[in-house]
Amino acid sequence: MTLFKLSSKELQEGLHNGEFKIADLTNEAFARIENLDNDVQAFLALNKEKATEQAAQMDQVPFEQRGPLFGLPIGVKDNIVTEGLETTCASKILEGFMPIYDATVVKKLREAGMVTVGKLNMDEFAMGSSNENSAYKTTKNPWNLNHVPGGSSGASAASVAAGEVPFSLGSDTGGSIRQPAAYCGVVGMKPTYGRVSRFGLVAFASSLDQIGPITRNVYDNALLLEAIAGVDPSDSTSADVPVPNYASKLNGDIKGLRIAVPKEYLGEGVKEEVKNSVLQALEVLKGLGATVDEVSLPHSKYALAAYYILSSSEASSNLSRFDGIRYGFRAENVKNLMELYKETRAQGFGDEVKRRIMLGTYSLSAGTYDAYYKKAQQARTLIKQDYDKVFENYDVIIGPTAPTAAFEIGANIDDPMTMYANDILTIPINLAGVPAISIPCGFDNGLPLGLQIIGKHFDEETIYRTAYAYEQATDFNTQTPQIWEGK
Amino acid sequence: MAKLSKEEVKHVAHLARLAITDEEAEKFADQLGKITDFAQTLNELDTTNVEPTSHVLPIVNVMREDVAQKGLDREVMMQNVKEQVDGQVKVPAILED
Repeated sequence: MTLFKLSSKELQEGLHNGEFKIADLTNEAFARIENLDNDVQAFLALNKEKATEQAAQMDQVPFEQRGPLFGLPIGVKDNIVTEGLETTCASKILEGFMPIYDATVVKKLREAGMVTVGKLNMDEFAMGSSNENSAYKTTKNPWNLNHVPGGSSGASAASVAAGEVPFSLGSDTGGSIRQPAAYCGVVGMKPTYGRVSRFGLVAFASSLDQIGPITRNVYDNALLLEAIAGVDPSDSTSADVPVPNYASKLNGDIKGLRIAVPKEYLGEGVKEEVKNSVLQALEVLKGLGATVDEVSLPHSKYALAAYYILSSSEASSNLSRFDGIRYGFRAENVKNLMELYKETRAQGFGDEVKRRIMLGTYSLSAGTYDAYYKKAQQARTLIKQDYDKVFENYDVIIGPTAPTAAFEIGANIDDPMTMYANDILTIPINLAGVPAISIPCGFDNGLPLGLQIIGKHFDEETIYRTAYAYEQATDFNTQTPQIWEGK
Repeated sequence: MAKLSKEEVKHVAHLARLAITDEEAEKFADQLGKITDFAQTLNELDTTNVEPTSHVLPIVNVMREDVAQKGLDREVMMQNVKEQVDGQVKVPAILED
């Protein structure tokens, strides 16, 4: 038993009743990291000194001035810049990089009174589905240390699943919040494109990237999204759409909810155990008064190809800023500027990042542009139209988050195409720009499975209401891996 | 479209400013070839008259009053620069002699 099995509500009650202080919560996070992170390998940089100092000051703040997240510890994915706290995107090319400002979401965390305890490992520049592409360490799945935690926000999910922190932030370009949330048995939300400011998120694919919350339960997830969402003058793609009070709308009532289940989401490549857990979840939701119909998203099978062309094209442009001149790693013993660029990038980037930069450069070059980039953008239109059409008649779309449970470390590392196939159920959502959550819905051989609930643009509220009702009716989110109790 | 040749990979690597060895070019040619092969599935789609989507939401220009705002201090901005001289970024020779 640790403090981090408690919900934010219970933690606030404990603080209020004097059972523990904010300083105790911060200390608990660092103690658990010290105890467990040799195994889990989630954290890259720790913010111990400043966090401890911040916690002591916050304990002096009167209770009536505190919000629902005040004083609670959080881990932040390492592609979100944090002033004065090393930020590397798990890449050698940013080794030692010290950001000189905070991302908007980090500023918002501070305004909500949250304590950032450290930076979380990831696949280099968020490119990967297993955290094996980190230049620094391979994060492990807390449910079975021989398995991957998923990716790219693998450590954001693993740290919450292991109870090192009760909250984390991840980012999701093609499933990078939802797939690890599913693999680690936690709740992960990819908000609508534009819902959360991307200012200070190191860009991978600017038309797809979104920051989102990872937590142990739906209510806390809703609270955290509310805290980080909203329009931002520093991000011209952030949407000027009011942010509802999500958490206050959660009452467990989903009578009359219209659920669509795409047949493509329960088709070929999806493991039997995964299908069954989703079908059982649908029964639970029906029991709560929802209706369930089968629908079709006919262009789903083109999403993976379109995604890799579009995201790699955007990445090839975004990552051109890493040239060894103004920050990060710089190659030595070079003769001229061209060689400095080439050597810095060759030595600083890992293979997966290089592959995608080259794929993107190729897709955008003269002679291939129309056949690859433009064609992929047209496919994106058709995929988005599939979703628009289903949402004319339904409130949410439900399916699995990933085709299997977490695979073993090393299983797919030499085969990019098999690795990419893991994201086949999450990628279309980013292409369509709609929001989606993954919540725990079962186990396969002791490894968690995730249920994906997809909503309309800017309708995270209905997703949260559905997820909350399901969570209240089941007990998957209360289970913890054995490692939780320590060694 | 045929598989990517080693020479094509080397050309793309040059465009992307990545130094690449012969061995790497061969490996990447094989891996990128598989990915571009897979991308051919998009050719099954009839995209006549389909508008390309670059952004899912209607994006409009965001304007603000043209008022000067204080930026970051130069000292702060130079903090991560490895080699500098008199507050300027130092790089190797651009023109060779």
